[in-house]
Amino acid sequence: MTDRKQAGRLRKVTDKVRRGQEPAEDDLWERVQLARHAERPYTLDYINRLCTDFEELHGDRYFADDAALVAGFGRYHDTPVAFIGQQKGRDTNERTYRNFGMAGPEGYRKAMRVMEIANRLGMPVVTLIDTPGAFPGASAEERGQGGAISRSIQMMWRLDVPTVAVVIGEGSSGGALGLGVADRVLMLENSTYSVISPEGASAILWRDASKAKLAAQAFKPTAANCYRWGVVDAVVPEPEGGAHTDHEQAAEILDQYLSRSLVELAAMPPAERRRARRERFRKLGPLRDPEGGMGMATGRETPPPG
Amino acid sequence: MSRVGRNIHVSVDRLRQLANREGRPRRITADAGTCPKCDSHYSADEMRRNLRVCPACGHHFPVTARERMEQLGEPGGYVELWPELRASDPLQFTDLKPYTERIVDAEKSTGMGEAIVCAELQVRHQPAVAAVMDFSFMGGSMGAVVGEKFARACDHAAQKGLPLIVVAASGGARMQEGTLALMQMAKTVIALDALAEARVPVVVVLAHPTTGGVWASFASLGDVTYAEPGALIAFSGPRVIEETTREVLPEDFGRAEAQLRNGQVDAVVDRRELAERIGRVLHILARPPGTAGSTAAPALQWAQGGAQRVGGAVQALPTLPRKMMDRMRPGSTDGEDSGETPA
Ligand SMILES: [Zn+2]
Repeated sequence: MTDRKQAGRLRKVTDKVRRGQEPAEDDLWERVQLARHAERPYTLDYINRLCTDFEELHGDRYFADDAALVAGFGRYHDTPVAFIGQQKGRDTNERTYRNFGMAGPEGYRKAMRVMEIANRLGMPVVTLIDTPGAFPGASAEERGQGGAISRSIQMMWRLDVPTVAVVIGEGSSGGALGLGVADRVLMLENSTYSVISPEGASAILWRDASKAKLAAQAFKPTAANCYRWGVVDAVVPEPEGGAHTDHEQAAEILDQYLSRSLVELAAMPPAERRRARRERFRKLGPLRDPEGGMGMATGRETPPPG
Repeated sequence: MSRVGRNIHVSVDRLRQLANREGRPRRITADAGTCPKCDSHYSADEMRRNLRVCPACGHHFPVTARERMEQLGEPGGYVELWPELRASDPLQFTDLKPYTERIVDAEKSTGMGEAIVCAELQVRHQPAVAAVMDFSFMGGSMGAVVGEKFARACDHAAQKGLPLIVVAASGGARMQEGTLALMQMAKTVIALDALAEARVPVVVVLAHPTTGGVWASFASLGDVTYAEPGALIAFSGPRVIEETTREVLPEDFGRAEAQLRNGQVDAVVDRRELAERIGRVLHILARPPGTAGSTAAPALQWAQGGAQRVGGAVQALPTLPRKMMDRMRPGSTDGEDSGETPA
């Protein structure tokens, strides 16, 4: 498919989403492509637009620096804020250098290092999620990929400072959730958030690597659905045609949502924030209780505002 | 009203009644078996008596959650908690067949309601709450019900001041519940902190296999972590790694023995010694039986405000060195199982 043709189809999909329609089956696959679009703004594209004097830190102080995950501090609206996120690369060299945004244990340990400093010095933590998953490699397993993710989840939950997570592109698997346990979870209109990438699901559930389209339809990992399920608190609109068409405007819109979330959270006492954070994740997941009537009901009936 | 955190106590009578109600699928006992490693054949009774470990070669067969409870607990068994919770189908998910059908099939073939069983039991006289996963129910995958039962088990243990024993056996998050299954990782990790606040220990046993979102959440957060011999313990399984990175993996990749070398587990423990080992470590870490719910945990006295402010600990001080000397005397029975505590 030519770029122009693709751009045209993507625009149609985005328009439908804006009108609150669930994309049709083929469109859902286009959405997955859109979330991964090579021209889409990545973590550093947002950080560099959102804050001044960003100081990136490197290394987990145990083993190495993981270029798939960036972390540091900057001034955001004149306030010190910690930014952490997976970083993808644009050309072949950069993609390899960033390991396609798939962080290893060193990445999550670097993230935890920055979270700890932020918590101690009293800075809010903002995470930007954009990953096909945590790195699946033997070396990552040997150095404790599972424990690095679970401890990152644990540390995010334990933070006293306000926290906001934003799914900016592709949010897949525990690798995404490792940065996702925040007071407010935002999701860009054309991003996806799912338990596994469509390709991974296709290989496991259909035992056929070519069923990724079908998997995308089954998972329905769109922002509108994630909002309906209660997984995200707000859907952040993108510029006409998608975030890749205008990085400046995409960052400006995100800025509005992000700053509003932080102002709201700053007004809450830390203990109250943590209580609400626990409650937020605790209630996710509908179930049946045949003997006690319906169990907890979660989710929302209404489409996302805006 | 939210049901979060509400504990449901089920009497043994009620359980019997439930077990005998009409139309309930019969439990399939995994019975006679042939060892995949050495071809020895065992009758159903032998399998059960040997705790599903091959006496000839030590191969560990899978164990259902309820049989595991019986293996760990005292005679008289266990009291199961929240057996009534069932999965729903938030995505109306269909892969090769509909999720709802898969759940019904799993219930029929296993006689279980979900992939985790929670219960109160005693391990070597030490009361505890156990959350045991069952691989035979949809690969032990974690959906909303597994997450909720696990979280309730944490709350229940914290409220009662009892240690939590987790036996993990899972392929990871339940894909059929999509993004909401992913969220169970956050839910379970957060729930574990109730135990941290109550200052009670968590012992995790990793059975074959413990992978994906379960390994990357509560299963890797135990205070003490044991693994069964040969158990695969990994975030990404060997097949996924080989396909993604084209690496050639060693034979024992991700296995318990390799993960011990990697520093990911504390010990590889044979199932036939597991109850003894858990009982022993809980005897050291947990509050003595009968004092649960009070603040009498020995370690707690040292952690909070110094010994002089806690009567029991002060009284314990003079007796401590003598007891230690007794233990070091050659030929002494070390008093480990006396049930005595310094206080
Ligand atoms: Zn054998």
